[in-house]
Order: sequence, then C-alpha cells, then structure tokens
Amino acid sequence: MIEVIQLLINGILLGSILALGAIGATMIFGVLRFAHFAHGDLMAIGAYFALSVVSIFNLPILLALPVAMLLTAGLAVGIDQVIYRRIRQVQPVILLISSFATALVLRSLIQMIWGSSNQVYATGIQMPWQIGPLILKPDHLLIFAAATGLVVFVHFFLTRTRMGKAMRAMSDNMNLALVTGIPANRVIMWTWAIGGALAAAAGVFLGMDTRLHPVMGWTLLLPIFAATILGGIGRPYGAIVGGLVIGCAMELSTLIIPGSYKPAVAFAIMVVTLIVRPQGIIKGAA
Amino acid sequence: MEITGLLAYAVFFLNLVGIYAILALGLNMQWGMTGQFNIGIAGFFAVGAYTTAILTTGPAENWLGGFNLPFLVGLAGSIMICLPIAWAVGRITARLRTDYLAIATIGIAEIIRLFFLNESWLSNGTRGIPGIEKPFGLANVGYLLIVAVFVALTYVLVEIARRSPWGRVLRAIRDNEQATAAAGKDVARFRLQAFVVGACIMALGGGLYAHFVGFISPEAFRPLYGTFLVWVMLIAGGSGNNKGALLGALVVWLIWSSTEMLAGIMPTALIGSESAFRIFLIGVLLQIILVSRPQGLLPEQRPPMPGEKHP
Repeated sequence: MIEVIQLLINGILLGSILALGAIGATMIFGVLRFAHFAHGDLMAIGAYFALSVVSIFNLPILLALPVAMLLTAGLAVGIDQVIYRRIRQVQPVILLISSFATALVLRSLIQMIWGSSNQVYATGIQMPWQIGPLILKPDHLLIFAAATGLVVFVHFFLTRTRMGKAMRAMSDNMNLALVTGIPANRVIMWTWAIGGALAAAAGVFLGMDTRLHPVMGWTLLLPIFAATILGGIGRPYGAIVGGLVIGCAMELSTLIIPGSYKPAVAFAIMVVTLIVRPQGIIKGAA
Repeated sequence: MEITGLLAYAVFFLNLVGIYAILALGLNMQWGMTGQFNIGIAGFFAVGAYTTAILTTGPAENWLGGFNLPFLVGLAGSIMICLPIAWAVGRITARLRTDYLAIATIGIAEIIRLFFLNESWLSNGTRGIPGIEKPFGLANVGYLLIVAVFVALTYVLVEIARRSPWGRVLRAIRDNEQATAAAGKDVARFRLQAFVVGACIMALGGGLYAHFVGFISPEAFRPLYGTFLVWVMLIAGGSGNNKGALLGALVVWLIWSSTEMLAGIMPTALIGSESAFRIFLIGVLLQIILVSRPQGLLPEQRPPMPGEKHP
C-alpha cells in the first residue's frame, strides 16, 4: 500500500510535467491541426536555456524559469514564422514531416551547444523529507506548486482575455472563427508562444526532477501525445486530466512490468483511446 | 593504392544506397501511393534485421541462436515474421487519420526497439548480435550484386503494383478517400494491404542490412537512421514516384556521407559533436526541400488513363 502511494506521488509529479507539455501540444493540434513532433525537443531546449541562465548569472532555478520560458516562446514563434508558416499554405500534412525534422535539428543543436552528457541544475544531494514511510523531495512540492500556478494562469488566459477566447474559438470551429474576423495569424503566434513557454516549464521541471539530457524531451513525446489524445484534441483541460492519468498509469505499471516498458504503457492507453473513444475524455475536435 | 581504396569505399557506399533504396520503395508504397504516414520504419527495419540475424547465426549462449540457416531462408524469415506484425499494426491503425497514424507508428517503432533492448534472451540486449555472415563467403563486391538484384526485383514489383488496378485504387484512396469509398472500394482493406506490403519490403531491407554490416544492436534502429533518412530520401526524390525513391536514396546518402567530411573539416570547438552536426545539416536540408520543392526531384507522373495515348 505504501508503495502504491509512493508511486502515486511520483505519478502525479510526472503527470503535471506531462500536462504542461500536453496543454501546448493540444492547443497547437487544435488551432493548426497537426501533431507537433518537435514538442518534446522544445521542452528539452527550454530546460537547457534555463541551465545556461543558471550557470552564467548564478541564479536559482526558479528565477531562471521565466527567462527560459520567454526564450523558448520566442524560439517556437520563430520556427513557425520561418518554416511552418510557408509549408502550412502548401500542403498541411507535410507539416508533420517538417516538425519531425525540426525535432532532430533542435536535438542536434542541444548536443552541439551543451554537449551530450548528463547535466544537473544544482550539484549536491537534496535531503528528502521523510514523512512516515513516504519520501518526498522539496523539489517535488516546488514543481507541483509551480505547475499548478501555470495551469491556473493558462485557465485565466483562455477564459478572461480576448486572445484566449479567440484561441478556443479557432480550436472549436476554424471556419466559423475566421468569418467572425478573428485575426488568425496573431492567434497562431500566441498559440506557439504559450505552447513554447509551457514546454520550457515542463522541461525545466523534468530537469529538476531527474537530469538534463539531449533526448529527455523525445522520450516524453509519446506520453505527451497519449495525454493529448486521451484528453481530447484541442482541449487544454482534457490535456491536464490526460497528463495526470498517463503519469500515474506509467508509474503504477512498474508494480507489474519492468520499468523500461513505461512508454509502452502510455502507448497502450493511447491506442485503446483511439479505438474506444477517439474523441477523448472531453469531446475534442477529432 | 588510392584508387583501390576509393573503389572499396564506392562499393561500401553503393551497398548502403541499395539497402536504403529498398526501404524508400517500401515507404513509397505506404506514403507515396496510399498516403499512409508511417514514421515507424525503424521498427519493421529492426524486425527484419533481427529475424535474419537470429536465424542464420551459429550457436550462441547469450541470445536465441544456433539455427545456422542459409541466407535466403533468413531473408524469407524476415518477411514472414514481419507479415503478422505489420498485419496487426495495420489492423489497429488502418482507420486512423494521418496524424494519429503517425503517432501510433512512431510508438510501435519505439516499443519494438525497447523490446529488442530489454529482452536479452532473444537479442542480447544492448550488446547486440555479432557475426552475421554474408552469404556464400562473399565480400562487399559480391554482396553488392545480391543487393542490386533485390533492388531491381523490388523495383519491378512495386512498379507493376503501381500500374495495376490495385495501385490505382491506392492512389484514389490517397487523393480522395470518400469518393473511393463511394465507388464501392473497401478502403480499410486496401490500406491494410498496402501497409503490410510496404512493411514487408522494409523488413527485407532490414535483413539485407544485417548481413551487410554483420553486427546489429538496438542503437542502429533509432528513429534517425531507421526512419528519418528514409523520409528525407523519399521526399527529396519525389514521393509517389518509384524512380524518385531510388534517386533520392542515392542523392541523400551521397549528401549524408559528404556531411561526414564536412564535419571532419569543421573545428570541433565550433560544432561540438560531429554526429550532431551531421544530423543538424540533414535536418536543415529537409526543411529547405520541404519549403522550396516539396514535390521532390522527380515529381510523381500519373500513368495514362485507359485508352489515353502516351504523350
């Protein structure tokens, strides 16, 4: 029982990281109608941006977080403006291949700039808290609190601002949104900015929890897509639920099968979702 | 001396071009003709390579081996093992939309790689399977002949398929699924057939690859080598055109090999890691092709309609 609770704590932690990635992926999926295969590597590069800020200015990681988010948001908008925008107009499905290429370019850039060995934000061992038989690291609470804060922020952005409402409108019904005069290009840029910033946050949290590595984002891509599909395409709230479900399922699965098959668990949930309920938990724009 | 070295390199190079050409032809069956977005090529590639490696190597303690079967039986085994796997995958994914199919196939490829990585009783885990011999004691030159025969054979088969009524239905599905369904074609069945045929061609490529390099490990089936390069080849060559797939394999492998030299010239301080720099270059190249010439070097040529004269 204790083991299950411990795994659930880990699962919620992983789940909130996945949720941050999945919110961005699902919004891009909803507004632009394509699966963004570079999302995991966007997370990774965000984590490395934070690493540079931490090591150059000697700042604590939480202060480096906003800088990394801004940089990654800018990078995401830049990639869209330089590459995706041109392809979008010709043939939408080619975007998939292009984002696959972007993923590799980003990953190799990380290797070229920061090297391919494991790195950490802060050296030294953090003393974990021992609550009864459970183990909790201070970082875990920090990650969970920051992730919750970001989700609340996204919630207010989507429900209270004009831009957020326009984004949801485009995700719900593209044509209807366009005839009502929503500025499509600006909405798309904002979608990338928010998606990129959240991806960077997810990457930084992942780096705090484990370590930084060039393929750290790529290995999370499949669980993120699983969360996106489980939650319903274009549904940010669904993505949060999906992320938490997938995260917990992945951690709990280690009770039965070897831990190295964790990605397979996320994948299995995704395939079952696609067969049984392709629209996701919250009916998405499938 | 220098000329023999150059020739030896050319033979080595052409062997790999041939193997990748087979992979590109398999992808062309799925993507170029049917519009199925498979980015799990590495998975079928790995199944083919491991099957023949297990079937043809001598007795081994660390992995399932000792069958010592001949080369052609190994290749046939690759295809036979791939067939049910591809059928099952295709069955699950045949009705999925393009982007869902892409996610599903990449997941399958990763799971296949994880499987070979973790089930070391079967595949010797990370250490891989060494000592896969070329048939009849051939060297690279002789093996090139075998690869060439298989490329030609595959090319002729997929070209016949492309011109056949069956191929027409596939292109019809790609261009307009609803209209094809309305014309009374069983879209899911045709898709499944194209997917399985394409995957088996990839498994054949994997088998030939295993015998050529002689040693395989899960590292060789990462998405970059297994999947990404094949996609660049098909897109650069011209998807939908089998000749384009062959040309793309040659041109892209030429570029891929020359990036090695380019990376050798660049100072290490500037590029960090050589392999990362090469991947970076090839990724940028693909982006440039996609933005400037998405139809590829040899765009698809539609076969004449029945009764229509050749231009």
